Amino acid sequence: MALSREQLAQRVAQELQDGYYVNLGIGIPTLVANYVPEGMEVMLQSENGLLGMGAFPTENEIDADLINAGKQTVTMATGASVFDSAESFAMIRGGHVDLTVLGAFEVDVNGNIASYMIPGKLIKGMGGAMDLVAGADNIIVTMTHASKKGESKLLANCSLPLTGKGCIKKVLTDLAFIEIKDGKFHLIERAPGVSVEEIIKLTDGELVVPASVPEMKF
Amino acid sequence: MAGFDKVVSSYEEALAGLEDNMTVLSGGFGLCGIPENLIAEIKRKQTKGLTVVSNNCGVDDFGLGILLPDRQIKKIVASYVGENAEFERQMMSGELEVELTPQGTLAEKMRAGGAGIPAFYTATGYGTPVAEGKEERNFDGRDYILEPAITGDFAIVKAWKADRYGNLVFRKTARNFNPLAATAGKITVVEVEEIVEPGSLDPDQIHTPGIYVNRLIQGTFEKRIEQRTISEAATSEGAK
Repeated sequence: MALSREQLAQRVAQELQDGYYVNLGIGIPTLVANYVPEGMEVMLQSENGLLGMGAFPTENEIDADLINAGKQTVTMATGASVFDSAESFAMIRGGHVDLTVLGAFEVDVNGNIASYMIPGKLIKGMGGAMDLVAGADNIIVTMTHASKKGESKLLANCSLPLTGKGCIKKVLTDLAFIEIKDGKFHLIERAPGVSVEEIIKLTDGELVVPASVPEMKF
Repeated sequence: MAGFDKVVSSYEEALAGLEDNMTVLSGGFGLCGIPENLIAEIKRKQTKGLTVVSNNCGVDDFGLGILLPDRQIKKIVASYVGENAEFERQMMSGELEVELTPQGTLAEKMRAGGAGIPAFYTATGYGTPVAEGKEERNFDGRDYILEPAITGDFAIVKAWKADRYGNLVFRKTARNFNPLAATAGKITVVEVEEIVEPGSLDPDQIHTPGIYVNRLIQGTFEKRIEQRTISEAATSEGAK
């Protein structure tokens, strides 16, 4: 079975460590906040200028001056700080954020990522994604392994305009956990009940498959 | 106006001298911390041909989006513009020129512009469409592109509180691009919720010193919320 959105978030959460500063992109990455392991402290960075993002507010707590990068109303966690956008991206570009989780349309064997633009169709802009992928060392891309039409999103070469070049080392899809090195995809784990053959079939770029591929554990 | 007193008495006076084809830098992230009354004054003035530098371009009927129907914006430099149907129409038809700029690069362009730095190298955008036509350089094995700074004829800024000398305090995430825009305008105009007497703000707590501010006005704000997300819990706990 392919992973649900919640399971994707749960699997990413297994990569968290106590004391991590983490930037979560919009969509599935945001859900990761719901699965921080008990007893672990993680501080969420929101690139509009908040370190220590809290849960959504109650009706009484709503504050138009307090939003996250997805423009949603939020609260501040204990120990939070606020700052301007240049400071926020100094943290990101300067490599101070321990883990970045974001979505993508395509990733290729050279660690290139395309996530912001489909020419002629969707032109909304890259927001902070280009800075995040350029600045972070530890990035996990979360996305579906293939499009609804069954076209692989793990390619030999990205076909869409790039968000970043050579910056992605880990990809979690609904089918597999994959690492990128030496110009190849490496299959590390598979989703429970998903066969290696199925993953091979839906991976366009070169995929290195070890003799045994463990199932993800939840 | 006398001495360091930056307070003006009307929005008309606040934006006096803003003319067609000028460049305007605006603070704000989405609809949070936008100088909403200054934008409304630009609409009232019907200034045209503007180049606007702002992270976003408002929504159809609020924020910078209200300058679109009368085609007041010729070009926008922004990082994300997905919240606005009229914007998309003008962009696709070529009526509106859009320069998509990574968010951190946009912030740093304003910071650099205000700090007298003409350009800077960044890894952001290397190998992407953003790098096209830009100088590339390798430092210690890593590739960077040269990004020019941005300054504006006017900067429009929203702060929470100011004293009459233009010392500014921002509130929560409404700070965003505002302090950066404030430094990079030839004429920086700031609207605030409250103006107090000099000496009543703690100098240690001032985010933007008054030297960057030319004109100051107190306004009333709608502060529209773009995505009203609510927690179901009676008391919200901070995300750990």
